[in-house]
Amino acid sequence: MFDSLSDRFESIFSKMRGRGRLGEKEIDEIAREIRLALLEADVNFKVVKSFIGRVKDEANGAELSKSLSPAQQVIKIVHQELINTLGGETGKLTMNPKPPTVVMLVGLQGSGKTTACGKLARHLKSQGLQPLLVAADLQRPAAVTQLQVLGEQVGVPVYSEPTDPVAVARNARNEAARLGKNIVVLDTAGRLQIDEALMDELRRMRESVQPDNVLLVVDAMTGQEAVNVAESFAETVGIDGVVLTKLDGDARGGAALSVKEVTGKPILFAGIGEKLGDFEPFHPDRMAGRILGMGDVLTLIEKAEASFDEEQAIKTADKIKKGSFTLEDFLEQMQQIKKMGPLQNIIGMIPGMPKELKNTQIDDKELGKVEAIIRSMTPEERNDTTIINGSRRLRIAQGSGTTTQDVNALLKQFKMVQGMMKQMTGAGGKKGRFPKMPNLGDFPGMQ
Amino acid sequence: MEMVIVLGILVLLALGAFAAVSVTKRSQRRMDVAERSAVTQPRKQAPADVEILLPPGDELVVPEVEEAPRPAPGVEEAAARPRLRDRLGKARALLSGYFGDIRGRSAIDDEVWDELEEALIRADVGVTATGRILDDLRVRVKEAQVTTPAELLDLLKADLVDQLSTADRALTFSPGQPNVWMFVGVNGVGKTTSIGKIALREAASGRNVVMAAADTFRAAAAEQLQLWSERVGADLVRGQDGADPGSVVFDAMAAAGNRGADLVLVDTAGRLHTKVNLMEELKKLRRIVDRTPGALKEVLLVIDASTGQNGLNQAKQFGEAVDVTGVILTKLDGTAKGGIVLAVQAELGIPVKLVGVGETAADLIEFDPEEFVDALFAA
Repeated sequence: MFDSLSDRFESIFSKMRGRGRLGEKEIDEIAREIRLALLEADVNFKVVKSFIGRVKDEANGAELSKSLSPAQQVIKIVHQELINTLGGETGKLTMNPKPPTVVMLVGLQGSGKTTACGKLARHLKSQGLQPLLVAADLQRPAAVTQLQVLGEQVGVPVYSEPTDPVAVARNARNEAARLGKNIVVLDTAGRLQIDEALMDELRRMRESVQPDNVLLVVDAMTGQEAVNVAESFAETVGIDGVVLTKLDGDARGGAALSVKEVTGKPILFAGIGEKLGDFEPFHPDRMAGRILGMGDVLTLIEKAEASFDEEQAIKTADKIKKGSFTLEDFLEQMQQIKKMGPLQNIIGMIPGMPKELKNTQIDDKELGKVEAIIRSMTPEERNDTTIINGSRRLRIAQGSGTTTQDVNALLKQFKMVQGMMKQMTGAGGKKGRFPKMPNLGDFPGMQ
Repeated sequence: MEMVIVLGILVLLALGAFAAVSVTKRSQRRMDVAERSAVTQPRKQAPADVEILLPPGDELVVPEVEEAPRPAPGVEEAAARPRLRDRLGKARALLSGYFGDIRGRSAIDDEVWDELEEALIRADVGVTATGRILDDLRVRVKEAQVTTPAELLDLLKADLVDQLSTADRALTFSPGQPNVWMFVGVNGVGKTTSIGKIALREAASGRNVVMAAADTFRAAAAEQLQLWSERVGADLVRGQDGADPGSVVFDAMAAAGNRGADLVLVDTAGRLHTKVNLMEELKKLRRIVDRTPGALKEVLLVIDASTGQNGLNQAKQFGEAVDVTGVILTKLDGTAKGGIVLAVQAELGIPVKLVGVGETAADLIEFDPEEFVDALFAA
């Protein structure tokens, strides 16, 4: 699970007292924690070094902020530096004034090039362009068929020929002109950057088709080697931008930082799912938070939006405001939450989650227990827990295969939840503002 | 029962977030809603869990073995099995001299420890696992009274080889019944290619192989496996695109039983372990195989050697879902070291059984801990 960086920092900074500036000693200790976090996120070893160097420079001697704690201040510096590195100038595809524009996708085996080609074609079509998909992967069994199937799904023609990849590339422009298409999306075979013969082939493909954009496709779960791959491709064939794929997983995605740092080329697109529509412009700010393991609130929101039924959500939100949220409602909401994915991942997305909660037995078995207990209650019991006396508790425990202690604990904790809800909707629920995470340590019984 | 509090927080966050954002985004989302919901909805409307029904008109292509002579097994010449160190020649050349530096040094100083740490982290061993390994090593160095960096490196290598050397590395097989080996993993790791290689090897040693194309989602996945089955000369069981993968598994089991097949290799769709509905589908596939008690002999998790720390998450989640028996580590012919398998073995007890070192049929070798550790340090 993702440890919040602030947890790690707080203890270091609690030793600092009343100084006007961030001290070098504390910065050094912080730097070690950041290094740990970044390495765990798969950022390349050397990239971490240079990144930390930059952060240290900025943090050293910086004046203490009046509104942020020293820990928060350093996190802010790190976060901002990440965003700057990942973002920078907005990347866009270079369009050829004389159509067709050619976009060539390259990368390792299995990185997601063919799927990305399909997605990109769909994206370009939705922008009013007329794309042609070109299948130049003649190596992988049924790769051409795969692209043809995708082409059919998005309504884009696919060109290929069984000769050789360089010939396919060479003829791509003519074919596009012949069909009246103004942009070519060219799929190539996956290849290792150390395979001289294949890298040479790629170079010849590039020479023959003169692409306006060469995009390196990188799997978000790539580890330390992302740097070597990116450097090699950049040197051998030149890249203009990057597509980061499989971001719908739970990889922290440090490869993104490594690749950007080492090539200086913008990350243009993010693949966020297997469907052809799961393709969006890259968001540096979201990636920064994800890499730091700081929780990805925006992704959490998106998952919630996708999983929760809108009408029901509004009704439930109303109930919470009125203070009439019952175990029945809770059970319903649990079903929605289950759709959002493994609990461990979801919880990891919540920033500021106290340590005590993160270390508890958070797994789906535990979830099953909670459900079982609630289901063993009668509807009256779910709507009014005050009627649940000793004999009812025993019955519920027996019915759910748990103990009366479990049932007691659930009822106690649920009462706390109700109290929490009262507080949150009372204090933080300003119109249009995302309610702030309360300091959970403030609640009774949550030392 | 802290779970209740956690859930309460989640509910609040989710609802609060939803309420705050949905109004402004509603117009943008309207177009995407249909596709969006498909991301978290089950990919297909699978029939009810209990009975597997063949969807009407589902075409199952089961080549009739009796009618046409099967091509000689191993239609492609299985070349002499490659050694890992040969395959890594290129990659190692890039790193040669890296550890030559350490060996040449006279004393074990901080720099030596730093270089060891860097080597392990860069091999994707992971920063926590690296810390543990080096801490253990520090203790051993004292005990063994090691004084030179060369000895230190040897000691470290020996430790790692030890960790990776578990008893059970063979692929489980019992003659006289259909043995099922199921292949699982995230997208793009090399499941289908690995199955092709294994089918070739097994067919070449005289075994009767059935391949099940239970990836009914990925465009042309069955076609890809079909090309392999033709190369290998093995039977293929497949369904229509978008068919229920369970029905393919069901039919493959039936076909294997009828033909007295030795081996059923089940290809499944790549799936991220974070997708609840897809992991549920995988569990269902396993249950179908388990209806023939004792048939399922291996659940092999295919991991790409270039995967970072996420590889451990993958192993955990897949392990919890379908009880993984071994790992196939692919694409080790690249520059990636695959160090994540150390954690997978240490924390989950799952051994690497096979290693992929190329895209052709012969590029599959047994996992040799010594060769692997040697390659980690490229010395």
